Amino acid sequence: MRVNWKTYNSGKFFDEIISTPGFARKPARRLASYLASLTHAELLEKKRAADLAIKTMGISFTIYSDAGNIDREWPYDIIPRIIAEKEWDQTSLGLQQRLRALNCFINDTYNDQKIFKDKVIPKELVLDSTNFRKQCMGINPRFGVWAHICGTDLIKGDDGQFYVLEDNLRVPSGVSYMLENRRVTKRVFPELFENHSIRPITEYPAQLFDTLAAISPRQSDYPEVVVLTPGVYNSAYFEHSFLAQRMGAELVEGGDLVVEKDKVYMRTIDGLSQVDVIYRRIDDMFLDPKVFNKDSALGVPGLFQSWVKGNVALANAPGAGVADDKIIYTYVPAMIKYYLGEEPLLPNVPSFLCVDKVQRQHVLQNLDKLVIKPANESGGYGMLIGPQASKRELAEFARRIKADPRNYMAQPLISLSTVPILGEHSVEPRHVDLRPFILQADKTHVTAGGLTRVAMVKGSFVVNSSQGGGSKDTWIVGDK
Amino acid sequence: MLSRVAERIYWQARYLERAENTARLLNVFSTLLLDLPPGTKLGWRSLVEITGNEIAFDAKYKQANERNVMRFLMLDGGSSSLLATLANTRENARTTREIMPLEAFEQINDLYHYAKDNAVASLSGGSRHKFLEEIISNCHEISGLMAGTMSRGAAYSFVRLGRSLERADMATRIIDVGSGNLLPDIGTGKRQAESNEPYENTLWMNILRSLTAYQMYRQHVKHRVNGEDVVRFLLQDDDFPRAATHALTTITKVLKHLPKSSEAAKQVDKTLLIIQKANINKLLDSGLFKYLDGLQIEIAKIHQSIADTWFLPHK
Repeated sequence: MRVNWKTYNSGKFFDEIISTPGFARKPARRLASYLASLTHAELLEKKRAADLAIKTMGISFTIYSDAGNIDREWPYDIIPRIIAEKEWDQTSLGLQQRLRALNCFINDTYNDQKIFKDKVIPKELVLDSTNFRKQCMGINPRFGVWAHICGTDLIKGDDGQFYVLEDNLRVPSGVSYMLENRRVTKRVFPELFENHSIRPITEYPAQLFDTLAAISPRQSDYPEVVVLTPGVYNSAYFEHSFLAQRMGAELVEGGDLVVEKDKVYMRTIDGLSQVDVIYRRIDDMFLDPKVFNKDSALGVPGLFQSWVKGNVALANAPGAGVADDKIIYTYVPAMIKYYLGEEPLLPNVPSFLCVDKVQRQHVLQNLDKLVIKPANESGGYGMLIGPQASKRELAEFARRIKADPRNYMAQPLISLSTVPILGEHSVEPRHVDLRPFILQADKTHVTAGGLTRVAMVKGSFVVNSSQGGGSKDTWIVGDK
Repeated sequence: MLSRVAERIYWQARYLERAENTARLLNVFSTLLLDLPPGTKLGWRSLVEITGNEIAFDAKYKQANERNVMRFLMLDGGSSSLLATLANTRENARTTREIMPLEAFEQINDLYHYAKDNAVASLSGGSRHKFLEEIISNCHEISGLMAGTMSRGAAYSFVRLGRSLERADMATRIIDVGSGNLLPDIGTGKRQAESNEPYENTLWMNILRSLTAYQMYRQHVKHRVNGEDVVRFLLQDDDFPRAATHALTTITKVLKHLPKSSEAAKQVDKTLLIIQKANINKLLDSGLFKYLDGLQIEIAKIHQSIADTWFLPHK
């Protein structure tokens, strides 16, 4: 049986490939007609080849569970997601604008605090954030940039427009899977590439290295850049190792580093060797037991002081997470106007702040229609999806919001757009989001597309890989 | 190169070599069975002793017969089983992915999955032979890949150190077993009575095969296979890659390219001297076990010296 787009129906949701049953949107026409030339059995054969390639390539991630940590093969759907080049160029400008404003905000927060004095953002909201680090006050990193690597989550609503769901400014992950998805697609679907002009994504590791090298305190041709990982048991270890390999950088653990006279060294077979830039994939709190969590065995004693003294660069800088807070998020459009004097190019999802009395009232009265998010969780943890929650869960969240209003915000349940995935018996619509990666130092870069995450369960909006989500190769496609 | 990474690369190479040797050992002794007169008892326990894991074996099994020993050495013999050795190879490769060639990890990963998926079904009979052959040829492929694609820098030096030391170690262990009680009805470590000679020779031939040394032995020694020449060949030959002398000489060469290597080099020289001075003829009459035990201690000291110099600096 061949793929039949007439029986493919995403219902009331915006589908990115098929506008009405049987009719493909313009950028996706070639893909749709190619898929329609294949039988379902042929597609399943491709899927088997892809699964095998992923196993061989060792593309994995770790799930933490009560029964111990499980190393899983990366979930991947073979049908690529298509985004038109024109649309992406506009989105990409919006993403750069956003990160520039966020970095202005972080730098302002730890230095002059003008935005509080001008009453654009209430000071207490920021200083109360669990991601605010008072130890960072008065520090001025190179280029005024604190968040060098940002992963911004985008969703498409019913109107087919991209909205920003959240900015990940601490240790965003997923970029290695974006790159590996492309490699797998090339292995199993080479013929698909023939009829499309697809933007390459392979530059990312080089751009990441350039970004990191640009912030090196010692200006030399070959700064020593390292990737700091919590170790092999971390869920993103694959990515840490992948990025180190692609950049030709050392992958270090806390125990490989040592601080002497406020300089950071790594232990090598030749003895100690000075480190200039650390791309750290460890949370702030575990970076340096002398300053943050005293029990941390992952970090490096004295690291923070070396950074303060300007002897080593950290990416992202400690304290950058202050802007990675779902409450602060609601102020990003205001930041863009305040710091850049520009209109935001990418809209936020409309949000309600529970800390505001009027908005809180609205949230409490409409709990069953809203999505409630805690300010500082990631990976989809600690969230309430009102329309799908039980009475007990609703009551519990009402209690939590009243007890700690600062920690909660609410958004209407956005109907995520759909794209086709290869199901057991046919091609079926599933909900997706998109995480592009943005780099900033002396220059800014945005990935061509990003990591598309897809909720593999029918009707589900949960795209996190830790909760059964899958992923797709994402194509930015030109007209030609 | 990071000390921790050097250590993992070294162990990855050791484990890969060990997996290959274990697979070959099991294969050779399975075939050896076919050459022996019906009813001959094979000292299966000796195979467990080669891996130095008798205590774990006794805790698990009452009897050292073919079924139990094979199961133990292939599957569930703790850290020394073939499967665990491959898992360790993979784990060390996984944590050095940023340094080693991309394809090396992919192949090691594939090999591990192959072993994991097929080991249980390959515990006995013809499928066992095929399974072990597959493991051996995959190990060759991986070594070849590294030889053909890695720059001759620090990383490759640690690959060679790990591989060579494992070979030297394995040569002494195998001689130990061959001269021991693998055939309790026949061998005692001393010169054999005339009537047992054919079987003794079969045994030594298989010892050579377990180190892929039979063909090279025939070409270089010329003599018919006999205990004395085999032991001399496996210990003192400078040209055969799995002979202890060749393996240790390789280490000497590699050490010249690494920083701060004088301590380790001294220990290698000392060990080489002990091997070169040995009077094999006399040792076969008496004292071989003690001699080999002493030799293994010296080899362990080479490892210790490598670890002290490069793996745990400043600690």
